[in-house]
Amino acid sequence: MTLTKANDPSNTKTDNWSNAIYEIFIANQIRQVVYVPDAGHSGLINLCHADANIDDVVLSSEEEGVAHIAGAWLGGDRGIMLMQSSGVGNCVNMFSLITSCKIPFLTLITMRGEWGEFNPWQLQMGQTTPELLKLCGLIVHRVDEIDQLEDTLDSALRIAFDGSQGVAVLLSQRLIGRKDFIGQK
Amino acid sequence: MSQNISLDRREVVASLLKNRKDLLVVSGLGSATYDCAAVDDHPNNFYLWGAMGGTASLAFGLALAQPRRPILALTGDGDMLMGLGALATIGTQGPKNLTIIILDNEEYGETGSQPSATALGTSLSNVARATSTNIVEDITNMNEVNNISKLMHEKAGPLFVNIKIASGNPIKVLPSRDGHYLSNRFSESVLSYAKNKQGR
Repeated sequence: MTLTKANDPSNTKTDNWSNAIYEIFIANQIRQVVYVPDAGHSGLINLCHADANIDDVVLSSEEEGVAHIAGAWLGGDRGIMLMQSSGVGNCVNMFSLITSCKIPFLTLITMRGEWGEFNPWQLQMGQTTPELLKLCGLIVHRVDEIDQLEDTLDSALRIAFDGSQGVAVLLSQRLIGRKDFIGQK
Repeated sequence: MSQNISLDRREVVASLLKNRKDLLVVSGLGSATYDCAAVDDHPNNFYLWGAMGGTASLAFGLALAQPRRPILALTGDGDMLMGLGALATIGTQGPKNLTIIILDNEEYGETGSQPSATALGTSLSNVARATSTNIVEDITNMNEVNNISKLMHEKAGPLFVNIKIASGNPIKVLPSRDGHYLSNRFSESVLSYAKNKQGR
C-alpha cells in the first residue's frame, strides 16, 4: 500500500486567484455555485461556502451540475459550475440542454493532464478537454497567467449571460500549480 | 415485483396537476413529458426531451432559485436510475420545496418495454430513504396519489414519492420540441409571477 498526500491546496498562489474569481462572482450576482471538488478550486469553494448569498452545492457527478445550472437559470438565478478536466466527459449528453434551450452556462475548469502531470490516467481528458467542449457547442477561453484572469472571466461572463451561450474557462495547470504527491512505500 | 399494478399514468398525472396553483413542474424525457402535455400543457411546465438523468438535478437548481414555490420533478424510473447520484446531492442539501415523483412502470417503455432495475430488485424508495430524503412508501392506489397532490404544496421536502403504474404506452401527446421556446416560455412565466408577487 502506498500512502499519498497532496500538496496543501490553500497555498498563497491558489488564494491569489481564488480571491480574484470570488470578487468577480460577487460583482456579477452569481447566486449558485455547484462543483465536484478539485484541490485547485478549494480556496474558491471555501469562499463561496462562507457567503450566505451564494448557494453552494457539492455534486455527485458533473453532469448533475449542467442540469442544475439550467434549472437555476430558469428560476432566475445565475449559477456557475466548478470542476476539473476529468469531469468534462461526464457532461457530454447533458450539454444538449445548454445548446437546445439556449441556457447561459459558465464553467471554470481546473486542468489536469497537461503540464507535468504525474498521473497518466488524467492525460486523456486533459488533452481532449478543449476540443471536446468545442464539439459540444461551448466557447472555450483559457487562462495561463493570473494577470489574464479578470479580463478572461469578464469576457466569459458577458458571452455566457448576455449571449445565452455555454462557455468554459480553462485554468491551466501552470496557473494552479502542478499537483505533487509525496508517496511512501 | 409487478404484482397487480393497475394505476393509469395519465390518471395519476391528472390528479397531481389538478389543483396545481403555483406549482412548477419539470418533466423527464419520454412518457412523463407526454403525460404533462396531455393532461395540462401549462407555461409552468418545463419539458425535457433529452438530458436523461437530469430531471431531478434541474428541478433542484430551480428549487434553490425559487424557494417560495413548490417544485415538482416528475419522471420515470429509467431517468431516475440514470441520475441516482442526484438523490445524494439533494438529500444532503434538503430543499424543502422540492418533490420528486417517479412514475415507476418498471420498464423502458419508449424502447420496447425492456425491464428496468426496479423490476429486478431495486427499490427507488429505499435508495431515496438512504439519502436523508423524506419518503412515503410506494404508492399503488389513487387515494394515496390524491394525498400527494396536497402534500407537495406543503414544502415539507425534499419529498420522494415512487408511484407504481401500469405498463403500456398511452397515446403520445407531443409538446413543442423547441428547447429555446420551452425555456423562454417557462422562465417568463416564472419570473413574471415572481415580479408580481415581489418575490425573489
